[in-house]
Amino acid sequence: MDTLLFLVLAAIAVACGINVVLQRHPISSALSLVGVMGALAVLYLQLGGEFIAAAQLIVYAGAIMVLFVFVIMLLNAGSERKSARHLWARWAGLPLLFIFVGLMAYVIQALLPPSGEVSFGGFDGGSAQAIGNRLFTIYLLPFEITSILILIAIVGAIVLARKEID
Amino acid sequence: MPPLPFPPHAPISWYLILSAILFGLGVAGFLFRRNIITVFISIELMLNAVNLSFVTFSYKLRQNDGHIFSFFVMVVAAAEAAVGLAIILTVFKNRQTLEIDEISSLNK
Repeated sequence: MDTLLFLVLAAIAVACGINVVLQRHPISSALSLVGVMGALAVLYLQLGGEFIAAAQLIVYAGAIMVLFVFVIMLLNAGSERKSARHLWARWAGLPLLFIFVGLMAYVIQALLPPSGEVSFGGFDGGSAQAIGNRLFTIYLLPFEITSILILIAIVGAIVLARKEID
Repeated sequence: MPPLPFPPHAPISWYLILSAILFGLGVAGFLFRRNIITVFISIELMLNAVNLSFVTFSYKLRQNDGHIFSFFVMVVAAAEAAVGLAIILTVFKNRQTLEIDEISSLNK
């Protein structure tokens, strides 16, 4: 049953991922990416990451994708123009991609020791309480630095996107 | 009931292979697309694939450090999206184009 859930979600994620790459219009790519994020959120839930699954849906699928869709609508971006590619990119690109992914899959299978299987509820350290405990004790300094990073990002975004006032 | 053609519980390596496939798709989109927004979306796809790896290793090692790393990745991705989209807005305001082939001043 766990495998069936994984296979269905993996199929959704890969199909939406291929759609992200193949669609010519940016808004279709953005909406396909929401599909990938939703499937990944359920996979996180299966792996015991309750907090991360919720954060994935709220932060990624909620906030970041709204930002993307907003900018695409604001710029009124049309479909991508077809452009001439290099000959070798057209013919060797896809096989090279398959070789790259196949090599990674082989390395994962060959080097990872046989390490058991994923069953739902097999790991319960991903609750908000456990994450918060670690985040505010061991990882307190990175957490505070992150807040400074976000402050800098806000100021940078405002400076870049403001209208010039004479 | 006939036996299922696959094991009842998915091996951990399958999750890592799914992560590798999604990362490869992100790389392909990053290299092949010509629209600057689609290139940006491909970067988000790669970040998501890496997050899946973190959470999977966290399950394997029975520690929740991986969850915290992927939480930080999400925060950095949010900051990056805000600044990157502001840069795209500025570029579009100055050049009236989103094609990366026409925005190559730094290349010269």
